[in-house]
Amino acid sequence: MPKLTIDDSEVEVEPGFTVLQACEQAGIEIPRFCYHERLSIAGNCRMCLVEMKRSPKPVAACAMPAADGMVIRTNTPAVEKTRKAVMEFLLINHPLDCPICDQAGECDLQDQAMAYGLDHGRYRETKRAVKDKNFGPLIKAVMTRCIHCTRCIRFSTEIAGVQELGATGRGENMEVGTYVEKALASELSGNMIDLCPVGALTSAPYAFRARSWELRKTESVDVMDAVGSNIRVDVRGAEVMRILPRLNEDVNEDWISDKSRFACDGLRYQRLDRPYLRDGGKLRPATWDEAFAAVAEKVKATKARGIAAIAGDTADCEAMTALKDLMAALGSPHLDCRQDGAHLDASHRAGYLFNTSIAGIEQADACLLIGTNPRVEAPIVNARLRKRFLAGGFPVALIGKKTDLTFSHKHLGTTPNVLDKVASGAHPFAKVLNKAKRPMLILGMGALARQDGAAILAAARKIAEDSGMVNDGWNGFNVLHTAAARVGGLDLGFLPGKMGGRDVAGILDGAGMGEVEIVYLLAADEIDMDRLGGAFVIYQGHHGDAGAGRADVILPGGAYTEKNATYVNTEGRAQVARLAAYPPGEAREDWKIVRALSAVLGKPLPFDSLQQVRARMAEINANFAHTGVVAAPWGTFGEEGRLDPAPFASRLANFYMTDPISRASPTMAKCTEAFVNPARRRTGTDG
Amino acid sequence: MLKDRDRVFTNIYGQGDIGLKGARRRGDWDKTKELIEKGRDWIIEEVKHSGLRGRGGAGFGTGMKWSFMPKKPGRRPHYLVVNADEGEPGTCKDREILRREPHKVVEGALLSAFAIGANTAYIYVRGEYCREAEALRRAIGEAHDAGLIGKDACGSGWQFDFHIHRGGGAYVCGEESGLLESLEGRKGQPRMKPPFPANIGLYGCPTTVNNVESITVVPTILRRGADWFAGLGRPNNTGTKLFCISGHVNNPCTVEDQMSIPLRELIDKHCGGVRGGWKNLKAVIPGGSSVPMIPKSVCDTVLMDFDSLKEAGAGLGTAAVIVMDQSTDVIRGIARLSRFYQHESCGQCTPCREGTGWMARMMARLAEGRASVEEIDLLEEVTRQVEGHTICALGDAAAWPIQGLIRHFRPEIEQRIADYQAAQSERAA
Repeated sequence: MPKLTIDDSEVEVEPGFTVLQACEQAGIEIPRFCYHERLSIAGNCRMCLVEMKRSPKPVAACAMPAADGMVIRTNTPAVEKTRKAVMEFLLINHPLDCPICDQAGECDLQDQAMAYGLDHGRYRETKRAVKDKNFGPLIKAVMTRCIHCTRCIRFSTEIAGVQELGATGRGENMEVGTYVEKALASELSGNMIDLCPVGALTSAPYAFRARSWELRKTESVDVMDAVGSNIRVDVRGAEVMRILPRLNEDVNEDWISDKSRFACDGLRYQRLDRPYLRDGGKLRPATWDEAFAAVAEKVKATKARGIAAIAGDTADCEAMTALKDLMAALGSPHLDCRQDGAHLDASHRAGYLFNTSIAGIEQADACLLIGTNPRVEAPIVNARLRKRFLAGGFPVALIGKKTDLTFSHKHLGTTPNVLDKVASGAHPFAKVLNKAKRPMLILGMGALARQDGAAILAAARKIAEDSGMVNDGWNGFNVLHTAAARVGGLDLGFLPGKMGGRDVAGILDGAGMGEVEIVYLLAADEIDMDRLGGAFVIYQGHHGDAGAGRADVILPGGAYTEKNATYVNTEGRAQVARLAAYPPGEAREDWKIVRALSAVLGKPLPFDSLQQVRARMAEINANFAHTGVVAAPWGTFGEEGRLDPAPFASRLANFYMTDPISRASPTMAKCTEAFVNPARRRTGTDG
Repeated sequence: MLKDRDRVFTNIYGQGDIGLKGARRRGDWDKTKELIEKGRDWIIEEVKHSGLRGRGGAGFGTGMKWSFMPKKPGRRPHYLVVNADEGEPGTCKDREILRREPHKVVEGALLSAFAIGANTAYIYVRGEYCREAEALRRAIGEAHDAGLIGKDACGSGWQFDFHIHRGGGAYVCGEESGLLESLEGRKGQPRMKPPFPANIGLYGCPTTVNNVESITVVPTILRRGADWFAGLGRPNNTGTKLFCISGHVNNPCTVEDQMSIPLRELIDKHCGGVRGGWKNLKAVIPGGSSVPMIPKSVCDTVLMDFDSLKEAGAGLGTAAVIVMDQSTDVIRGIARLSRFYQHESCGQCTPCREGTGWMARMMARLAEGRASVEEIDLLEEVTRQVEGHTICALGDAAAWPIQGLIRHFRPEIEQRIADYQAAQSERAA
């Protein structure tokens, strides 16, 4: 391990460290703009220059490898002068428009100008001005503010895998842009806003809406996909102003997807802020008492087996626990949390988890994707796959719809026949998997939400077993969920009961035939509402989406930013979302609604506090007692059977609109228009 | 003065046949096979011993540079890249070599490539040099047909391929790592060092980048012996050198002479003297636009070599001597150079991107006199803030001419400012 001297104190660092990292380890702050630990080193801002013994010129700490016996000085007058000089250069062509810049208050340039800059400007010439670029509906570009650190360029090429950004022009005329003006088509583009050290790239939907120091920050988790990205919810008053990523090396590193970041403006629109009752075919505002009374009246008049419940994709575990217990108290076995009808087998936890874990992808050395498009279903997982791919020696193959995953892979075919061939070992890729030390496969909902889903699950299990994906300390079998609530629902057993319990398809069929008379939709909007027939529909949720449109009673709940709730991500990691803002109007936290309803129905549930609900969850499944991931024991799951030759279809047609929140979001609507249906003809009524 | 028999470039004025036959008559390609057979180490030792210093401007020992390459090619091939992106204002030596001595370039490239273990060499020719690239292409074709290069170069068993790449005309692509970036097809922006090209260069492989003149003199050094070359000039500044003299002399020319020739002798002997006589001399930029200028008092005695010019606060650079007589407006001259550097800065790193523009704007005002005297000090400080803080040497190159100007001609700048202010107040009155 190299030992070097930094400002008279000796530091021993790991081999491969740079001087900057060594300084950090020694507790010495080195100012920087272009350096970012997750991006390649550019060394172009020159802010990190330090003195090195035997070097006539100052060296860039971010790019200089730490070597044994180096003597570094970071606190000499010369270094201070150098920093002042670089700071001055950065500022001479910077507009200094902080009062009207959204970055103000959280701007690296501002902070470092305070710490290292001169107290006055000496530049008397005219300043450069750069024409703003149009980077699409998510990113607002004020390129005059750009300091050319190239972080955004490096992010888009390296992490996002879309080579769309670059620098054009030379010297002062250098501009960061796309050359041919276009919106940045990446599911991760929003992260460039965080990376930009100045106000050149800021959030377009958030533009001029708040100042950073006015915001109340709450640490939470995201529910837009099943990754469970760690987020920070910034709230002003009762309004969620923006969502930012929170570092979690095991899950999302520093990134979140554009949907996680930008769909939050959907929380302002189409909210259910009071109960409603259907009266003469029309929904009318009602009080909680009226709503509960209407439910109670209907429940009383219905046999227990005529009642069913479906939990939606963003339902939280507390609410599902309460609803499950309520259904049990009422005596109905008809409940399901698999809106899309995925044939997930809850008999073994390993059969429905992303067992490798997201961070574990980096240890894998071969990967088979089945019926999934991780780029759309879980951009963060896709970014990990790309990260692993860039490290080299990672053959990836895809069975499913041909697509651009941002890294090169073999497309084996679109139908389960190919899967069959791989499972039987006849396919060449089976050899690749066999040869690999730590192979993995990812099974998507596109493969499981089919008639033959159980057989596909069994085939995938066979591949996993035959190619040695499951061995000591390694489990390469992965299910990639698309719904944030799914694993939680499976863990809680929010599934059809043993005595002839109906699954989602059964409930819908039953409702159509009149056998199921009451359907309780817990934030479930992704089912075909037309098939509910004449059933009495109770919708508990937060948005006026499909479910609310069909409902006979609406019980307004809270969105994920408005409740203290547990979500289990696709890895089986239980994480807690925290209340950042109160639910609007009369809406309440979801488990409390179910608890209150249970009292009206005369079957009061035995918990009155969040702690008690959580204790009950831990009682149902011990995994809720702790955070983090526990390896799930292997078992036999799936049902062997004939595979349907129909090609795998992707479950997500439009990445930007997958749930009630993103469907209500104007920003996501703009993205849909910009990226998904760009050629759509505009009619006269379009804005 | 250099004797005719000690000349390396015997056809630099194009009086003889440029083709293979003519080149052979002048001694090129003579016993090249035997030179190769003496082995890599011998060649490197000879070149080291000859004291040859890189002719591209920095003056780094060529043999030393070669010895940085891995001893044996590993998994990654070695590359030789010849830098013919001659962009330094005032410099026109490589151009003469390429168009009139192309066979020397090809032979030099073969021997240099062999010395560093490279089977492939690229030559990055400045975009504007189309006739030069054509001449070189012809020479490569002839050499190839004659079996001098190719699968079995000169019958030595060494495979050698030589490719021409035409540049796009950016000055910064003459910087070795910027050149490599450009050669790889990317934006010409210098790379961070370390790693140095000898470790990670072209396409990530060990690479040596040499100036055209450096590799072109290698065959002659090997044939005539390192001692011959080392015997010319002063110690540490050995050999012959092409000087390009332009500006206010009676006969501007490119001429080969030995190192350490007094500047005055160079101008008087080869260029017919300064226009209007030595007394009419005002200043000289001795090494291409990037080095600080020296006033007449220094020119009187300075020798044209690395060490002597360094002592005088300038540098040999590419040995492009720009002569300015008393009629020259040196402030305007340097302002023009500043504009050049502003235009040619790649824009990658902060001090150069922002500093060159700032300096150029201030210089433009100083040329008019539209400034205050304090701004001279500010300008000087800005040049110090750029110098040494950039990724490549372009920042230094932009700073040094201004420093030279202020060092030697500050009274003239102050006078310019005073004149301007006087004119202004007169107009106001």
